Order: sequence, then C-alpha cells, then structure tokens
Amino acid sequence: MHELSLVTSIVESVTESLAAYPGARVLEVRLKVGALAAVVEDALQFCYGLATEGTALEGSKLRVNLLPVVMHCVPCDQDMQLEGVQSFRCPRCGEPCSDLRQGRELEIDSIEIDEVEVKP
Amino acid sequence: MTTRIVELRRGILKKNDELAAGLRANFVAAGVLVLNLVSSPGTGKTALLERTLRELVAHGSRAAALVGDLETDNDARRLASSGAPVRQINTHGICHLDAEMIGKHLEGWEGVALDQLDYLFIENVGNLVCPSSYDLGEKVRVALLSVTEGEDKPLKYPTLFNSADAAVITKIDLAGPCAFDRETALKNINEIRPGIRIFETSAKTGAGMAEWLEYLAEARSSARD
Repeated sequence: MHELSLVTSIVESVTESLAAYPGARVLEVRLKVGALAAVVEDALQFCYGLATEGTALEGSKLRVNLLPVVMHCVPCDQDMQLEGVQSFRCPRCGEPCSDLRQGRELEIDSIEIDEVEVKP
Repeated sequence: MTTRIVELRRGILKKNDELAAGLRANFVAAGVLVLNLVSSPGTGKTALLERTLRELVAHGSRAAALVGDLETDNDARRLASSGAPVRQINTHGICHLDAEMIGKHLEGWEGVALDQLDYLFIENVGNLVCPSSYDLGEKVRVALLSVTEGEDKPLKYPTLFNSADAAVITKIDLAGPCAFDRETALKNINEIRPGIRIFETSAKTGAGMAEWLEYLAEARSSARD
C-alpha cells in the first residue's frame, strides 16, 4: 500500500548516487526485501514504471531479492531459517524464538549502470 | 559505454530511520515514554486511549497524545475531553504516520514540552500493514486486536504483530456475544511474537485497565534507558 512512497525513495536515492557518474543510465536496481518488510513485490513493480518515468532510471529493471526470516535459536545456539512467517519457532527443536537476525531488510543492494566513457 | 555495478547498500527508509533515531534520542533525554498504538480501523485505539489518558490524568501523570487519521479531527476532539493535550495529524490519504510527521507536529505544540511529560501516545492510522515499516522513535509499539476481529488476525498480519512490544486484546466485554476463542487468540499472538506481554481490556467496563496502567508505569520508569 505504501509501495509508491517506497519506490519514490528508491528513485531519489539512486538519482543521488548517480551524481558520481554523470550521464550514466540505470539498467537495473537490485533490492533486498525481507519476508517481514510488509512489501509486496507486484505492487513495487507496478509503481516502479510510473515513478521512474522521466528520470535516469526510466526503462530500468527492478530486481527484488526476497530474504527469508532468520532467527537465533538459544537452545540450539544457531541461526535458523524459518520456512514462513506463520510460526516463530525453531524448525529443529520447536522452541519459540524472539531474536530476529534477518527478515526486516528493505534496502537497495546495488545498481547496474551504463557509464558514459570519458575520452582522455 | 561500459556497464558497471555500483554497490549502494542503502536502506530505502533511511531518511525515516534517521529522523526516528533523532526523535528517540530526544524522547530518552526528556525521560518521556513514547508508545505507538497500531491496529486495524475500528479496533478501539481511540477508546483505549481515551480511558488511559483519563485515568493517567486522574492519577496526576502528565500525558499527551498525537492522533493520526486520514481526515477529520474527530478523534482529537474526543480525546481532549480527558484533559490531556491532544494534537491531530491528518495524513490526507497516506496510510501510515512517519517520523517526519511526528517531528513536525511536536514543534510548536502549545503548552506541551517533552521534558514536562511522563507519557506521549501516538495513535497511528488504522492499518495493519504499512505502519509496521515506519519507526516513529517510540519505545513501545503496541498492537491492538479486538474480540470482534477474529482470533487469526496475528497470523494474517504477522509483520505487524511480530514488530510489536506489547499486545492488547480490546472490547473483551463483547467476547461472549462474539464467541471469541481466547485461548486460540493468545496462542496465535504467541506464535507470531513469542513471549510478548498481552493485556485484555474493555475501555467500556474498565476490565484489565489496572494491569495495563501498571505496565505503563513500569515502562515509564525505564524511559531514559
């Protein structure tokens, strides 16, 4: 539901980082999105085309890397990956876990750009 | 043309997170306990808050509230009868409050200084999805669930319930007529957020309010941590 505002921040953030690469065109933006980030990929993709229109990101692809939830299980003394977000228990020993190690990420990992070569 | 990968590793909500961190530092320095109340529309955030403010004011505590809604100042007017200072935030269509809105509405709030407050409540926009992504600088995030909504709400909206520090089951005076299955509701909340403190209240009858207020007082004593 708030995907349009997220996409707008992505465009702002990427545009800012392009200052170091004048004239560059963005080919792809890669995101890391945790399973608990409350973000729907389809909605992001839907808004992306609109939000990038007329910017250096126009025509670029949005690639979303979804990250599962990882909790630290105290009895097992190990980080465990959960299969979904319906039960926060260690998949091995069944103990409830409250120490979240991964799953809330909402970040721009990297961008792929086409750089303009500067002639010497 | 040459293709290049540029690592950014930048949070999409970085701006909000930075503003929220600034707010949190101010709240801690002022020693005010800040709570962010989140639920679906109609769960009873305003009713719980109305009763909470009234009881806190009656006990001599200094409490204030910021209330978020898309439109109208109905909630602020309703809450003002408690005697606590209340300010409305109208988001005009935005489905959540963000740290910038909180910062703006704390500025120039007549008669309210953070270091003169014990409690600041933030009533979020009624929505169980988007508010979970936006840190407001609060110390305690409270997720509310009413007996009229169904016991599986926490399973349907795990992102929000998992990010909560406390949960309140509201309208328990209606549990009977709604055939509310209390054990299942408690189990579901615990499945999503193991070990969370759960309160069961009725703002109408006052049931469960004593435990809730006791929890607030406890949390207040560690507001500077």
